[in-house]
Amino acid sequence: MNDWHDVGCLDDIPPLGARVVRSAQGDIAVFRTADNDVFALRDRCPHKGGPLSQGIVHGQRVTCPLHGWVLELASGNAVAPDIGCAKRFPVKLIGDRVLLQVGAASAGGEEQHGAAA
Amino acid sequence: MKERLVLIGNGMAGMRTVEELLKIAPDKYAITVFGSEPHGNYNRIMLSPVLAGEKTVDQIMINDLPWYAEQGITLHAGSEVVKIDRARRQVIAADGTTATYDRLLLATGSVPFILPIPGNDLPGVIGFRDIADVNTMLDTAQAGRKHAVVIGGGLLGLEAANGLMKQGMECTVVHLGDVLMERQLDPFAADLLRTTLEERGLRFLMGMQTAAILGEDRVRAVRFKDGLEIPSDLVVMAAGIRPNITLAKQSGIHCERGIVVNDTLQTYDPRIYAVGECVQHRGQVYGLVAPLWEQAKVCANHLAHYGIGRYLGSVTSTKLKVTGIDLFSAGDFNGGPDTDEIVLRDPARGVYKKLVVKENRVQGAVMYGDTVDGAWYFQLLREGTDISDFRETVLFGHAHMADAGREGHSVMAMSDDAEICGCNGVCKGTIVKAISEKKLFTVDEVRAHTKASASCGSCTGLVEQILAATVGNFDATPKEKAMCKCTEHSHDVVRKAIREEHLISLREVFDLLNWKTPNGCHSCRPALNYYLISTWPAEAQDDYQSRFINERVHANIQKDGTYSVVPRMWGGLTTPDELRAIADVADKYQIPTVKVTGGQRIDLLGVKKEDLPKVWGDLNAAGMVSGHAYGKSLRTVKTCVGSEWCRFGTQDSTGLGVKLEKMTWGSWTPHKFKMAVSGCPRNCAEATIKDFGVVCVDSGYEVHIGGNGGIKIRGTDLLCKLTTEQDVMEYCGAFMQIYREEGRYLERTAPWIERVGLSYVKSRIVEDDEGRRALYARFLESQKYAQVDPWAERASGAVDAHEFKPLAVMA
Repeated sequence: MNDWHDVGCLDDIPPLGARVVRSAQGDIAVFRTADNDVFALRDRCPHKGGPLSQGIVHGQRVTCPLHGWVLELASGNAVAPDIGCAKRFPVKLIGDRVLLQVGAASAGGEEQHGAAA
Repeated sequence: MKERLVLIGNGMAGMRTVEELLKIAPDKYAITVFGSEPHGNYNRIMLSPVLAGEKTVDQIMINDLPWYAEQGITLHAGSEVVKIDRARRQVIAADGTTATYDRLLLATGSVPFILPIPGNDLPGVIGFRDIADVNTMLDTAQAGRKHAVVIGGGLLGLEAANGLMKQGMECTVVHLGDVLMERQLDPFAADLLRTTLEERGLRFLMGMQTAAILGEDRVRAVRFKDGLEIPSDLVVMAAGIRPNITLAKQSGIHCERGIVVNDTLQTYDPRIYAVGECVQHRGQVYGLVAPLWEQAKVCANHLAHYGIGRYLGSVTSTKLKVTGIDLFSAGDFNGGPDTDEIVLRDPARGVYKKLVVKENRVQGAVMYGDTVDGAWYFQLLREGTDISDFRETVLFGHAHMADAGREGHSVMAMSDDAEICGCNGVCKGTIVKAISEKKLFTVDEVRAHTKASASCGSCTGLVEQILAATVGNFDATPKEKAMCKCTEHSHDVVRKAIREEHLISLREVFDLLNWKTPNGCHSCRPALNYYLISTWPAEAQDDYQSRFINERVHANIQKDGTYSVVPRMWGGLTTPDELRAIADVADKYQIPTVKVTGGQRIDLLGVKKEDLPKVWGDLNAAGMVSGHAYGKSLRTVKTCVGSEWCRFGTQDSTGLGVKLEKMTWGSWTPHKFKMAVSGCPRNCAEATIKDFGVVCVDSGYEVHIGGNGGIKIRGTDLLCKLTTEQDVMEYCGAFMQIYREEGRYLERTAPWIERVGLSYVKSRIVEDDEGRRALYARFLESQKYAQVDPWAERASGAVDAHEFKPLAVMA
């Protein structure tokens, strides 16, 4: 299950926005930055499970809509002093197509719960 | 090669500057630090609790020795610099160590003033300045020596005396004047303080001049000018401090009372900067710690060559760090011929409060016994708030605005498991632990680490108090706070630029105002988007990606990621057909919860995001539109039945409510905006806790503003009385518009009115007919662009369709 899946074209995702991909592993949020970089994270904030896809994207970060945790899109890690990590998924752009790899969970692993929760 | 920065003085001001510098330009300099004390960097203002045995030296360390190594900083601890060779750009220490600099930072602090009297160099005569002094005091007490004399009844002297007494010594405080702490207290408060300290066992000799310190190989007694002699094993000189400028002076750097610096903390030698107690800025020398936080920030910024930020001086406040004594003072507390004093004295409770007021603005404050409102008075002082609207109650404190039930309790009396932040369940002990372990100094840091005061913010005052009690008072919050970390500019500055420079997009704001981040953050973007669309409703494009999710999808996100939907019911009126449509929608989309809201609407909770457009479509078909229950916008107009049905009703409150709601719906405001219309003074619609409330009376309409029933309950202020419905409409539109134009984003009408004053609002709405009409006209103009049902737009699939569909569904 390490195939790359074509999940849509870049313009399906608004700049500084996100869309959801439904998968057997649960919802995955696919983000697009102002510079057209794409990132994919499990659509659950490590804090209280908020849908990250609904957050405000700024720079290379997203702010969870429920309680305002800020996560790095590249690593899935919460910005200090919060501690936690949302699982990342490999995603890449070929031309204007967005390709997502769902089978392999890359580093970041299971979410940890933050000490500063 | 990196540039070389040398810091002379390993104290709080210098190291704070280095820490600020490391934050913004970690790789710019190779840093070398000289400190005359053999320690890391510690919180000097907490020496008093160490002396009193309430803290240990370890607990007040800010950065220990390994920290310097981790940061790659060369530290020469216990090495005193004796010479600066400015031609060679080299500093030379007493032990022969040298270091060459490209930039030099002087943070030499201050030295105790030693009275020029015989015997002042005897062993056993010390100042109260550093760890060595504290150790001398502790050793003397432990050696069983009994008598201590503290010369100087100021802040430092009293803290030293209190500590020595706690260590078992009999302590006498000698004071030249008649008023203790005369730089912080007026005579009345000073007397209360003296009485309390005498009851605890301190002795005072007031109006006494010290003539000589007697002793052979160490101090034995102190003799006064009038001939009196008292035995003494230890003499602490606490008669004031002087900026330590010896080294700077010898090196030819221009000094007056302190090292003279400009607004960028630069000395007359452009390679040399200075911060802290050794500097003189705009003629002012600071002996307190709060200003150094601001100085450090500005100085670091210039050392990093960012070249922004100026230090403009600080207003300071003081608290005495003696456990069990609550004392606060700030500003000009003695006043003069052109000032008034507002005083509250209650000797039985041991409470004294005095405000010095000039032209309705607080100039200074002294408080004894009850200092809960110190932070509030200090804020009024710094911000120059006009207090005329609440002058008659100002001395009773901020209680009418503060969270109910907690007021009046000193946080120091609370136990560690007392809950401080009710939103996030944070106890006092957790906050104290985080402050000590993580070395936190500001409310923002405490908020980030503990989440205390991070949600609704009503416990901010308590958190400030805990912080002040744990590490001392560092918060010299600038008058105009920056919007967020993306910019140095305040809300008001940004909005002014948007208006005056005709900025109509986020990009233009970011570029013109030199935003520090490429596209802002979750905090500034929604604010900027609001300022843009409210200032230029016809031109600025609403940027949905800069809106919080609720305003982007026009529903309220719930904890499980579903949404709640509230259709508008004008003035709280509905019909059987609407109710049937709502029931059908709830059945059809299996909506689990249907609830009546506080604003007289029906809330459908647990709607799946992808169902939202269909739910809206069905509700639209029945004639209903978005209720904006999710927005920083007009929420609801609550009404009672009024003269149409009620036997007490004086006017058609329901009808007026419907008209107001039809006029104002869809408008975006700095924060949510609620209205109500009651048909008689029984006020069943609770109009006096709304942002805009109307209470009908037989002769017309009372118009109330600035209430809310949320975090901090606030009853409205009466704006005026009107006679026709049309007048009410005009005043309502004008009031919303002035709030829309001048309220800061996320500032509700209640705090906004407290900030600008009711008199100001009256002057714009009631007393200025032309101005009011212009505001009303601008409101109606703006509504032309705002009154489009966002549900209909989205139910049709024409707007933001991507929001409601997954990008892809994988098997």
